[in-house]
Amino acid sequence: MIWSALRLSLIVTVVATSLVVVIGTACAFILAKGKFRGRELLDAVITLPLVLPPTVTGYYLIVLLGRRGLIGSYLYELTGWSVVFTWWAAVIAAAVMALPLMVKSARAAIESVNPQYELASYTLGKGRAETFFRITLPLARRGIFAGIVLSFARALGEFGATLMLAGNIPGKTQTMPLAIYETVVAGENKQAQILALILTALSLTAIYVTNKLANSRTAGLY
Amino acid sequence: MKAHFFERRLCLPGILLLSLLGFACRSSETEKPGGETAKEIIVSAAASLQDVFREIGRQFETRTGTRVSFNFGASGALQRQIESGAPVDVFASAGRPQMDALASQGLITPESRRDFTGNALVLVVPADQALELKSFADLDGAKVKRLAMGNPKTVPVGQYSEQSLTRLGLWQQLQSRVVLGEDVRQVLDYVARGEVEAGLVYASDVRAADSRVRIVARTPANSHDPIFYPIAVVRASRQPEASRSFIDAVMSDEGQRSLEKYGFERVR
Repeated sequence: MIWSALRLSLIVTVVATSLVVVIGTACAFILAKGKFRGRELLDAVITLPLVLPPTVTGYYLIVLLGRRGLIGSYLYELTGWSVVFTWWAAVIAAAVMALPLMVKSARAAIESVNPQYELASYTLGKGRAETFFRITLPLARRGIFAGIVLSFARALGEFGATLMLAGNIPGKTQTMPLAIYETVVAGENKQAQILALILTALSLTAIYVTNKLANSRTAGLY
Repeated sequence: MKAHFFERRLCLPGILLLSLLGFACRSSETEKPGGETAKEIIVSAAASLQDVFREIGRQFETRTGTRVSFNFGASGALQRQIESGAPVDVFASAGRPQMDALASQGLITPESRRDFTGNALVLVVPADQALELKSFADLDGAKVKRLAMGNPKTVPVGQYSEQSLTRLGLWQQLQSRVVLGEDVRQVLDYVARGEVEAGLVYASDVRAADSRVRIVARTPANSHDPIFYPIAVVRASRQPEASRSFIDAVMSDEGQRSLEKYGFERVR
């Protein structure tokens, strides 16, 4: 049980974080550079899972993606497949909960890049895409890195929305936090302690190593 | 200069906030009616008792003036809470093992313990489901992709369900298709929302989801341990008398009628 939960947690967290990095950075760029109506509203909607109770986020996800949900019902009719109770549900729950952390730090980082450099790039004939990947992104990497670490940690610890959308199926959707909950309630204190320690060590290492990495990289550059 | 400016700006909101806090504290103190201290008891009860205990609680409050606060959840989880010293006065479990565990640790008052009601385990399906299920035997096929039931590790309904499916010879095939709910109401919700093709819940729960689920079959009574609900006063209770009279209210004719109305079965 410990190993299957650990393996599942790692897979779910890595996939969710990867999604969040791509989607989150894109959202952050749009929010930082785009000038359109409802920009702050979009930011607020993305940030919502950060402040809402996870159960509320989980409920919205069910309403959207459930077998009879707004999107889920079409999916079920077309394919006979529903995301609820699959490990993809755990990925989606973790990603939605982690996205605000990524977007917040990446947006702040992108906004803090001195526009002079980007303008210089344009005057040298570089396009928007190249300027973004070669100027903006490298200069904003600290904030983006922080966003990745926070998202990873958040996704790893996700419980409430996961329980609601993915259920608790040992070996299939039972991630570490769910396994910990079950062992505590079942009175298996020893197992609960082992699981809790593994999760704590994992989160601590992730944050520590990435912090170190981020610091040493920037220290070498300036 | 700058510091002064901030002090002035923060002063008014600060005072407002503090007075609000003070007001909040005062008002919670004066909430108790008429000088005498209003009694309050906390009842931890199995999730399946949610609706009927609310009704019994209201009857009890109007008759005695003692306030009842409920803490509903999985019996196993409630047991853990009491073991770790939660300030609970009465515990009502959906199964005997949870109460036995507390009794063996001396955490409940043994003389106060009663089996106050019984229940039946039923197979339910979403009411509007096209898939035709007629009996437990129909579970033995590929048609049912997912079956929801309580978690056998934490809730009595899960333990009864596992026993039943094992004795019906279905557990082996179904195990990989089972979705575990953390309490019986979650199982019911999975069925009512149509996320699963079938589920195992208590007969008394079906009315909670009104018309959204349909009972297919009752589990054969001898396929699982009899379902008894024990209730007892928690030893650490500071209100043992009020707690005991709550148990009396549950055992009274009025209480038993409510239980029957909600689909529970009288203990003979």
